[in-house]
Amino acid sequence: MSSEQSQTANPDVQSTQEARMGEGVDSRFNSKLREAFGSSPFILTKFDKFMNWVRGSSMFMLQFGIACCSIEMIHTYAIKHDLDRFGAGVPRASPRQADVIIVPGTIVSKFAPRMKRVYDQMPEPKFVVSMGSCTVSGGPFQEGYNVIKGAEEVIPVDIHVPGCPPRPEALIYGVAKLQERIANGESAPVTVKPYELEQFGDLERDELVEKLADQIDEEDLVMRYNWADSP
Amino acid sequence: MSLEEPTPDSDAELDVVGETEDGLDYDALADLLGDKVRTREEHLNAEGFVIRPDDVQDVLFALRDEAGFDHLSSVTAQEYDDRYESIYHLKKFDDPTQQLSVVVPTSKDNPVSESAEPVYRTADWHEREAYDLVGIEYEGHPDMRRILLPETWQGHPLALDYDQTEPQIVTLAEHRNPLQEDHRAGDDSDTMFINIGPHHPATHGVLHVETVLDGEQIADIEPDIGYLHRCEEQMCQQGTYRHQIMPYPDRWDYVSAGMLNEWSYARAAETLADIEVPEYAQVIRTMAAELSRMAAHFLAMGTFALDVYGDFTAIFQYTFRDREIVQNILEDLSGQRLMFNYFRLGGVAWDLPEPREEFFEKTRDFLNDMPGKLDELHDLVTSNEIFQLRCVDTGVLPPEEAKSYGATGPVARGSGIDYDLRRDDPYGYYDELDWDVVTEDGCDNFARVLVRLREVEQSARIVEQCVDLLEDWPEDDREIQANVPRTLKPDHDTEVYEAVEAAKGELGIYIRSDGTDKPARFKIRSPCFSNLQTLPVMSEGEYIPDMIASLGSLDIVLGEVDR
Repeated sequence: MSSEQSQTANPDVQSTQEARMGEGVDSRFNSKLREAFGSSPFILTKFDKFMNWVRGSSMFMLQFGIACCSIEMIHTYAIKHDLDRFGAGVPRASPRQADVIIVPGTIVSKFAPRMKRVYDQMPEPKFVVSMGSCTVSGGPFQEGYNVIKGAEEVIPVDIHVPGCPPRPEALIYGVAKLQERIANGESAPVTVKPYELEQFGDLERDELVEKLADQIDEEDLVMRYNWADSP
Repeated sequence: MSLEEPTPDSDAELDVVGETEDGLDYDALADLLGDKVRTREEHLNAEGFVIRPDDVQDVLFALRDEAGFDHLSSVTAQEYDDRYESIYHLKKFDDPTQQLSVVVPTSKDNPVSESAEPVYRTADWHEREAYDLVGIEYEGHPDMRRILLPETWQGHPLALDYDQTEPQIVTLAEHRNPLQEDHRAGDDSDTMFINIGPHHPATHGVLHVETVLDGEQIADIEPDIGYLHRCEEQMCQQGTYRHQIMPYPDRWDYVSAGMLNEWSYARAAETLADIEVPEYAQVIRTMAAELSRMAAHFLAMGTFALDVYGDFTAIFQYTFRDREIVQNILEDLSGQRLMFNYFRLGGVAWDLPEPREEFFEKTRDFLNDMPGKLDELHDLVTSNEIFQLRCVDTGVLPPEEAKSYGATGPVARGSGIDYDLRRDDPYGYYDELDWDVVTEDGCDNFARVLVRLREVEQSARIVEQCVDLLEDWPEDDREIQANVPRTLKPDHDTEVYEAVEAAKGELGIYIRSDGTDKPARFKIRSPCFSNLQTLPVMSEGEYIPDMIASLGSLDIVLGEVDR
């Protein structure tokens, strides 16, 4: 009550209500850009183009750590590099809330089916940044008996960031490139035939399948690695 | 458990067989075992007693109870042209320079050996790994199955006849919906099976923890590892000693502990090839290693806060701010932020960066800010009542259990075990410097965190002394590398097992040479592998959030657990 009195006493001070009820557009929505377009601005654009721009400007990353690169990935999210400045720095713990998965590390035979499953759980549209040499080709571990020779053998990849590990700046550049591509509506073609998860019963019956037949249920999901002719 | 300095010549220890004032008396140990010792082998820093595969438990019990070998550091398995061999590397927590290898050969057509699991609990996982990778079976082992590779894997990859091009099939069976009926433990039970990981924010990487819950308490827990088994031992066996192996240690424990890991390989290879490292290089190594340790402990602190508070915004960022500074210093020194590849056999890659004054100033600035930053962390974390409620008296690891599981590093020191290889088995420049081994008697999550924070203080002390030394080092005496032949070919069949104190504990390397420029067997004894084994001891009967805290306080790195 006392404030009302003081306001009526001083005509220069507006009440909050009065300010909001004033004429025209609420000044909070004003901006330099809006002013530049004139008094009743409108933009003509394609819906797709607008959506792509929105998509690229606000991306939720999946909190997904595998190996060494994940340490540099954390540094990219953390203080100093702060990926959030680029509209792409909110790590989500659940794949169901994420748009982008950064694959930060070596993928081995036991983990590939799980990574595939995590990728499958992400809603469309989804994007993949592969971080580090291991996800490009297997990197320093390429000759290992247990190592998948690149993330692309399991899931499609949009951006490769090479390095062992890449510096945070390199990862930021990769993410910025991804945003650029998304804004332009581009996506990477799938060039390799990836390893798929399939039911054990659907595999071609060969020596190995016969041998494992009593250990694995027909309906179990399996991934079969043909190391000799790796895709 | 004594917190005093180990005193080998005190009265109480005179009863221990084989212990003399100038080290181990291997003849007395051989007398103790009598005709169980078939022959004796000479390894570089320990003698090897060759025994029969069905005498393993008798021999190890005698050595543990009468000769005081309470630490099974590692189990190495390997295949020769005519036999399989398991080597048990024994040490003492009181004096790790007293080492003994127990060598157990088994025949090619029947590779079965008696399990050491009843003597040392840690043998459980080590023998499973030996079975998985090499193919030796252990009789009397409680749970003989694969540990690193998927259950359906064909063949043993480190065996001589393994064909890497054969196809393999891997299942996704463990990831069925945990609420499905087949995951409940029968009709009359109300326990429930829950998968944690392998992709979960609290597992510090790709660890899969299978838990059975009774209400909210953990009835049974089993870590399932191998999601990052990237064949590190095979990689090292394919590389030449001089240059091709050194990049890999950085990638075992990848949370900036690279320098410490490189030192483990450097130390083993230098003993193997009898290389003397110049003193100046040792000081640089010591400084670099301790900076690495600080960075690693900061990460441990930050992620632990993340586990306990779910706090990504404050403590986590504080620790990462400090890590960035350490990484900058190490980048100036080595040229890389994370994978330094800075050590060389016989020294380091290059001298301190010019201008030296700038480097010293930068390092000193960091050290001068250290006390304030640690106070800040103590204010934020350890003196916080909520934190104490979560951590004090949860995840208790009694010292006897810790020893039996071969726990080392901050995990052992948090249980009051006064064991630090930097002091007990000195290398580098540590014995010339003034610093203390940190121990805490709490045995709980809180004690382990406190040990790490206090170790950062000690590391800062060490770095400061190293900087002083380097600053005054005469300019014409700055020798960074010993003279090492271009191609190293250690003598045929030389065997060495050496360990250093890495960020997580005792990191041991076993190398057997076969006369070529590549090792015939390269075995990594990872501290995290042994430390993670203690998780069931800490967590059974506790609540799930306490298990998460215990897992965080163990500070495992999956790259090192799985290798």
